Amino acid sequence: MFRQPCSVDPRGLRFSAIVTSAVLATVIVAPSPISEVLLVLQVAVFAVGVFLGPSATIHALIFARTIRPRLDDAVMLEDALPAQFAQGVGLAFTALGLVSLLAGLHIVGLVFVGGALLAALLNATTGFCLGCEFYLTTRRFAKHLA
Amino acid sequence: MVGLGVLAAVAALAGLISLLLAWRKGRFSRPSDGESREHVDVAALGVAAGDRATLVQFSSAFCAPCRTTRVILAEVETLVPGVSVADVDAESHLELVRELHILRTPTVLILDAEGFVVTRASGAPTRDQVLATLAAHL
Repeated sequence: MFRQPCSVDPRGLRFSAIVTSAVLATVIVAPSPISEVLLVLQVAVFAVGVFLGPSATIHALIFARTIRPRLDDAVMLEDALPAQFAQGVGLAFTALGLVSLLAGLHIVGLVFVGGALLAALLNATTGFCLGCEFYLTTRRFAKHLA
Repeated sequence: MVGLGVLAAVAALAGLISLLLAWRKGRFSRPSDGESREHVDVAALGVAAGDRATLVQFSSAFCAPCRTTRVILAEVETLVPGVSVADVDAESHLELVRELHILRTPTVLILDAEGFVVTRASGAPTRDQVLATLAAHL
């Protein structure tokens, strides 16, 4: 499998996680239809992150335009691939949450969104990337199946 | 209000997990004993085993904490006689990763002079954590 080496500024990922946490927290407490609309937007952001890369999301673009110019050059860059995979994990949780909410399964929907929020919060506060941790595990699996 | 309840639960969980992660980070496990010890063929990695210990670090590309760990282990190598360091790229040694149950990078294994795994730490250890562990077990 050919892999394009692609790196991202980890501070941009952190910024995305902070915004995502705020959005998901709002989704959990806001009334319908605000919560569903916000959730649809978040699912769209994750989808862009997975299929076009984390640097293509609106969060990344805002970071690049308004925040990064004020910061020193990044000391080290991070491989985009695990972060992309993590976006996929976020996409899965929020999409399942959205479907549940739309189907009237309120609590189930909140639990899924809560799961996505947990991952985003951990990433925003400690820089820990849950999806990235799974990435190595899946690479082991992929090799095994190949 | 269900929403607030879920939010509170998530916040509490996030707090607990952060504490757990911080506690575990770079902490070396209890030394394994006799039968259950794993063995690493250091020579196969292209590195000369240390007389006292070999520090084997599993890394992946562009992993920021791996870079930090590499620097720390290199420093330990100069500070402590008889210690050698090996850096292994996890993705090109997946069989080894599976055999040794490496789940994340960086993971540092401390091997004794015969190549048996004495202890391991996942997440970047501090220099003092490595030095203290070496002193305690080898």
